[in-house]
Amino acid sequence: MGKLDGKVAFITGAARGQGRSHAVELAKAGAKIIAVDICEQIPTVPYAMSTADDLAQTVKEVEAAGGLIYAAKADIRDRQALTAALGEGTARFGGVDIVLANAGIFPVSLHPVEEEWQDVLDVNISGTYNTVRVAVPLMIDQGRGGAIVITSSDAGITGIGGNTPGGLGYTASKHAVVGLMRSYANILAPHSIRVNTVHPCGVATPMIINPAMQELLASPDFSGEGMTNALPVAMIEPVDVTNAILWLVSDDARYVTGVTLPVDAGFANKK
Amino acid sequence: MGKLDGKVAFITGAARGLGRSHAVRLAEEGADIIAVDIAAQIDSVPYPMSTPEDLAGTAKEVAALDRRIFTAQADVRDEAALKKAFEQGTAAIGPVDIVLANAGIGPVALHDDPRRLWQDNIDVNLYGVFNTVETAVPSMIDRGKGGAIVLTGSTASLLGVGGPSTSTLAYTASKHGVLGLARAYANTLAPHSIRVNSVHPAGVRTPLIVNDVMERFRSQNPAVASPSANALPVGMLEPADITNAILWLVSDDARSVTGVALPVDAGFTNKK
Repeated sequence: MGKLDGKVAFITGAARGQGRSHAVELAKAGAKIIAVDICEQIPTVPYAMSTADDLAQTVKEVEAAGGLIYAAKADIRDRQALTAALGEGTARFGGVDIVLANAGIFPVSLHPVEEEWQDVLDVNISGTYNTVRVAVPLMIDQGRGGAIVITSSDAGITGIGGNTPGGLGYTASKHAVVGLMRSYANILAPHSIRVNTVHPCGVATPMIINPAMQELLASPDFSGEGMTNALPVAMIEPVDVTNAILWLVSDDARYVTGVTLPVDAGFANKK
Repeated sequence: MGKLDGKVAFITGAARGLGRSHAVRLAEEGADIIAVDIAAQIDSVPYPMSTPEDLAGTAKEVAALDRRIFTAQADVRDEAALKKAFEQGTAAIGPVDIVLANAGIGPVALHDDPRRLWQDNIDVNLYGVFNTVETAVPSMIDRGKGGAIVLTGSTASLLGVGGPSTSTLAYTASKHGVLGLARAYANTLAPHSIRVNSVHPAGVRTPLIVNDVMERFRSQNPAVASPSANALPVGMLEPADITNAILWLVSDDARSVTGVALPVDAGFTNKK
């Protein structure tokens, strides 16, 4: 008997990285999965973004674990596409109980361009807002409560990210989603819909492990001094974030809402 | 196969309420328990505190799960007594992996003797937590196998709650202090892979809250907490709600979580 038996989870950015980890593990816990991902490149993003093959691989892994999944290509900046995907998924699975607003970009490199500021705000803030906004009316109508987790970052609670338009925009966007969470937590509490954020440090995924990031880290201008974790681990695994989310969305955390939860090897607290 | 198989947990305030809930639930997941409690009355505290019978009750519930438990009466303000209980406990049960600094007294008094109230609150809730961690940590560091510590704070660690009475001011100050200890210990102990976090409950249905004195106090001081103060539609939390958060924090599922102040509070802290 899984902790999420009978639940339906809507997960953005599910093609790979943290999103895929959430999809597979929530499925193992009994949830049916509605998965979306842009599966396309955004020009200002300096690393290779996900593809349709990646999303297909997530479907394969969820099904191999015995789970049910509906996957659709959708850009979270496009509210209509999100509405269509969620509509199809909820029609198939009978509603939605869990929302993981996980999709995000990190346009940080040694070659910044002005446009990356707007793109990171559009994806990370507006895309997150769209994700929640599209799901909430359904969840309220259903009248059976629910749990929303927005993926922020240590950059959502500390001043890190560097001095480029993309880095500053990343940090601003990750702080902004905390504001969304805090307001939504208050607004949705009377409906027993809980809303929280998770704040990972660096996670071993393609968003971090790629040539653009390697170039940045190797650069003499990059001061990594303030960037080490407290616990003796350089990067955490996607499953570490997934485990925190699994707890948050389960009934074990039935009264946890409005919380910023760092899963970060002590990075934010370190001095 | 439990999540805490082979682990040993050192728990203060384990005779009843949250402490008992933690002891039993962690035992259900495979941990053996070293349980201490003052099991006696402190003069300035007007509600009935725990008794030796309560502590024996916790021992009985853990033993019924086929897990080992060592109990000792010890006041967390008494460094020597705590040390003795810890040493006897580890000799009987084994070296410690988990520390739950849970013992505490509540924000209420019948008389307003500022100095006494203030000192007892700070001594039990803040110095007692410091004593607990300092007692356990040297052996955990020596052993070199890491570990997990959770300090029990309160929503009063994060907010200015309770109004002008000395007892609630002292409670708020001591619980803010616990947060500071958690943050500092998280940094100093991280190189040893010992994780330190704090939990911050809203009102929980335990004898610390549910008693005649507290009832009277709350009706005279509505700012402390009322059923409608939480964001989620629930009046009081159950001990299991706090225990579930702690269970996750001390397990390997939270192996990279440290330095975190975790409200388990039905949205109380965030509510406006």
